[in-house]
Amino acid sequence: MKAKYRFMLAACVLGLLMTGPFALTAALLFADAKDAEREAFAQFLLPRLPLGGLMTLLGFIGGLILLRSLFQQYVHGLLRMAETLRLMLGANHNFRVALEGPPEVRELARAANHLAQQRDELLTDVGDQIRNAKATVEEEKNRLAALMSELAMGVIVCNLDGRILLYNSRARLQFKALAQGPTSMSGGALIGLGRSIFSILERGQITHSLENIQQRLRKGSAEPTANFITSTRNGQLLRCQMAPVLRTGADSTTTAIVNNLPPTPPPGEGSDEVSGQAVPDHEKVLDNALGAELEVTGYVLTIENITRNFEREAERDQALQALTDGNRAALGNIRAAVETLLDSPEMEPDTRARFTRVIADEASAMSGRLETTMSRFADSLKTRWPLEDVLGIDILAAAARRIEERLQLPIKHEDQDAELWMRVDSFALIQAITFLASRLQDHYAIRELRLRLSAEGRMVFVDLIWSGTTISSETLYTWELEPMTVGAETSPLTLRDVIDRHGGEIWYQRDKAAHSAFFRIVLPAAVMPEAPATDQAQHLHSDSRPEYYDFDLFAARDAAGSGIDPERRLTDLAYSVFDTETTGLQPSEGDEIIQLGAVRIVNNRLLRQEIFDQLVDPVIPLKPEGIPIHGITEAMVNGQPKLDVVLPAFHEFCAETVLVAHNAAFDMRFFQLKEESLGVRFTQPVLDTLLLSAVIHPNQESHRLESIAERLGINVIGRHTALGDAYVTGEVFLKMVPLLADMGIVTLRQALDASQQTYFARVKY
Amino acid sequence: MSHRILIVDDEPNIVISLEYLMKKEGFQVALATDGEAALQQASAFAPDLILLDIMMPKKSGFEVCQALRADPALAAVKIIMLTAKGRETEVAKGLALGADAYITKPFSTKDLVAQIKSLLG
Repeated sequence: MKAKYRFMLAACVLGLLMTGPFALTAALLFADAKDAEREAFAQFLLPRLPLGGLMTLLGFIGGLILLRSLFQQYVHGLLRMAETLRLMLGANHNFRVALEGPPEVRELARAANHLAQQRDELLTDVGDQIRNAKATVEEEKNRLAALMSELAMGVIVCNLDGRILLYNSRARLQFKALAQGPTSMSGGALIGLGRSIFSILERGQITHSLENIQQRLRKGSAEPTANFITSTRNGQLLRCQMAPVLRTGADSTTTAIVNNLPPTPPPGEGSDEVSGQAVPDHEKVLDNALGAELEVTGYVLTIENITRNFEREAERDQALQALTDGNRAALGNIRAAVETLLDSPEMEPDTRARFTRVIADEASAMSGRLETTMSRFADSLKTRWPLEDVLGIDILAAAARRIEERLQLPIKHEDQDAELWMRVDSFALIQAITFLASRLQDHYAIRELRLRLSAEGRMVFVDLIWSGTTISSETLYTWELEPMTVGAETSPLTLRDVIDRHGGEIWYQRDKAAHSAFFRIVLPAAVMPEAPATDQAQHLHSDSRPEYYDFDLFAARDAAGSGIDPERRLTDLAYSVFDTETTGLQPSEGDEIIQLGAVRIVNNRLLRQEIFDQLVDPVIPLKPEGIPIHGITEAMVNGQPKLDVVLPAFHEFCAETVLVAHNAAFDMRFFQLKEESLGVRFTQPVLDTLLLSAVIHPNQESHRLESIAERLGINVIGRHTALGDAYVTGEVFLKMVPLLADMGIVTLRQALDASQQTYFARVKY
Repeated sequence: MSHRILIVDDEPNIVISLEYLMKKEGFQVALATDGEAALQQASAFAPDLILLDIMMPKKSGFEVCQALRADPALAAVKIIMLTAKGRETEVAKGLALGADAYITKPFSTKDLVAQIKSLLG
């Protein structure tokens, strides 16, 4: 009830209280009296009634005045105070309640002011703390950035999804240097925040190394790192070291990640038998004790391009080979000739002369060989394939898992010596075993493969045994020289490469008695005492770990996500904002793209370093009327790559991101017309800032990029180059996201739906 | 009856010594300078023993050895691998593929002759 009505009600009650008792008493007396008494009473009372009425009225007026002033002070006063408090709560924190009115109200106001004071102090305090913390984090970031940029090695930090969370300029340069093809962007552009590392390095290799690290962690290894060498698509060799980023499991909210990791197969699955055989029991105990506390949240990759080193190394190997094998033969020839000469005094003079010539020839060839070998050896550096010492049964167990997963080929283990260590490149070796298994399955339809592990002296034998079908030995010679393929996975190495890398051998042999045949791979044995497990656990838990693990990097897990789910929030997605310059406005009548520019948005930031900027030779002549608009001349596009090269590179640049463009329908039309001839399809969702602008400001006349930028307070620089326009479009888009959220458009699907509903959506090019 | 020996090697500088040695020991000698020729000669010349080099054009000594051992008609032929490849793994491979002996260069001619005689019994 409003204060006004309550006041009126109170006034009525006051009136009743002042007249009611008197009127009631009079009525009761009147009812009780006899007729004569009633008459006397009336005669006495009636003439004096106006006086009484007047007095009552005066009293009533006095009462009203009192009531009103109480109402003013208490009810209205408190209402006013409530409004002030509300103001203090929100809009103006510095406002205070005025001390007025009766003492009780003042006391209340004073208490409220105290509370407000206390709140303000707390707020300032928290604000200061946040500022300080931010400053510290910022400082740490800068320190790390400075540190990383000075490293001569490429450094990349990834989360478990393989998303790049951090990279240094060296890594960027290294991959840029690897870029093949004529566009300035390919290769180098593929390193970027939120991008997948798998576009650069092979997924299997990374997963395998992670598995190795997990296994070492579980065993309590002192150095839970993995080394591998990988070759890029254009044949460069990279040496990578992977170190895990760990978090101790005190934080229960993130432990789920551990469960997602591959190396522990869930119980009850087909691979159980294998892993049960391969992993001794004491290990499982350790697994529970240590694995529960350590959690890999990502990994740091240090990357070094060793192509040149490796070439030198190969040269050195050749040199050594020439020295040993080459001279071995020559020496053999000399020795045989000399001994024959000595043992045959009866020899004819011209035969003798032939023998002497052999000795002279071979001796001079030998010195020549020695000379060249020594000079080559001098400039070769010492680089080696990083062969690791691995427990043999671990490799076989991993290979078995892989074969069963990929090929669904049952694996049995036979006579495996659990104590054997070998020195191998485990990834390559497992690939080789899988490759052989897949070949046997494809060509000879074997139903089962048995793996055997034995040793002789310094050699370890890995045998792949099958029953029934025999093969010709030529088949293996052919397989040795083919690049290893398993399903869709192709390795740049051949089986021979892998064998040679280990200094090993491989051959095909039959076991007639057992009606079986086998491939035998010979590898060098290693003696590997297991490092004591005690002190490393400590090392891992110690406080001496560098501080920069405190970055919020790993909270960004999934921020860039894999794939594009339309139910995801606009603020969580990664975007490629692009623009094209074209010869004209009629794609269907032969106009062509002459420039493509794009910039990435990740985590709500426009990444001005991660760009695509490429002129395109349109093959057709430029239209003179277009030149003033885009400022691109014939001279500029001459010699530039054509769209058949640029568009695939651009497609790769945009992978797994939402496309954003102003008037996207126009640009997309150009792409669509090329879809078939170039075999490049842009299937990801597309957001159009023109349509979004119409969604946000339906009543504005212009939705040109300049007008929108002006409305949203964005400085326009460098317009009408594709990249310049992409920058502006990107900034516009970032400003639009919160405006859309105000309208309840939060997810990608909502944004796409809203766009479609606007009038402009019906305009087709 | 003198034994027949097939010398398979592509290097004339060793063949000259081997040929002279074998003839001096009274063996009948035939020559082949690559893997394919070696297989032809193995049937045509029907040797009792083959001195087989590994690094050769067309077919390597390993392949020749494996092919010879796959042929039941030639099962009795003795094979001595004679090679500049001295690695342990290659020796193992040669013996696994059916060679009777594996001699690495440089070798002593006396030892070679002794080895041949013991194989031919």
